[in-house]
Amino acid sequence: MAVRLSGVVFDPWQELSQQAANLPKGKHGACASFVGTMRDFNLGDTVQSMTLEHYPEMTQHFLDNTVAAACTRWDLIDCLIVHRYGDIRPGDAIVLIAAWSPHRAEAFDACHFLIEELKARAPFWKKETTDHSTRWVHDSTAD
Amino acid sequence: MQFNVKFFASLAERTGLTDITLDAHQLTTVADVWDRATDHQSRPANTLCSINLVHARFEDHVHDGDEIAFFPPVTGG
Repeated sequence: MAVRLSGVVFDPWQELSQQAANLPKGKHGACASFVGTMRDFNLGDTVQSMTLEHYPEMTQHFLDNTVAAACTRWDLIDCLIVHRYGDIRPGDAIVLIAAWSPHRAEAFDACHFLIEELKARAPFWKKETTDHSTRWVHDSTAD
Repeated sequence: MQFNVKFFASLAERTGLTDITLDAHQLTTVADVWDRATDHQSRPANTLCSINLVHARFEDHVHDGDEIAFFPPVTGG
């Protein structure tokens, strides 16, 4: 199980591949993953860049506990969360969630649970720079 | 009693506070900490809070040494 907060660009597919390479062979039958990527538009404006502020200690604590809760609820072989903070450009990966389990239903359910909990409760805040202004994003739960 | 009080994102900009040590007595709840730390600034209705890295409610009790944080609704992911 791994939760990592990254201040620099990361390649979600490389992260996924590296994590999978360390798993025991033949134990998992499914991997469900989610990758969130920064868009260059929001609310009708072109977005040039974004700064993602976070509360480092609480973020780590919250995500570690959320992964532990997922492992209690579903039969998981492994979980991985990687989340960016700092200055982000359109096209950059913001978040990677992955769950490995013996069967697909548990992998899907755990992956869905992890991203929904993260979006609803993990202490991150987006501030985006558009062609016209810099503004805080007020609600991204539906994105 | 001493508290470490943190403010994040738009709330830090609004209050002009980021990370302060608050020495105060007769503070019972998180709401009391907000009032004392901000000198009774109005609190946006959607403000969230935590005690020692765990989501909390404004009526929750605080204790000496607690880290209290105030922040707007989260927008990660």
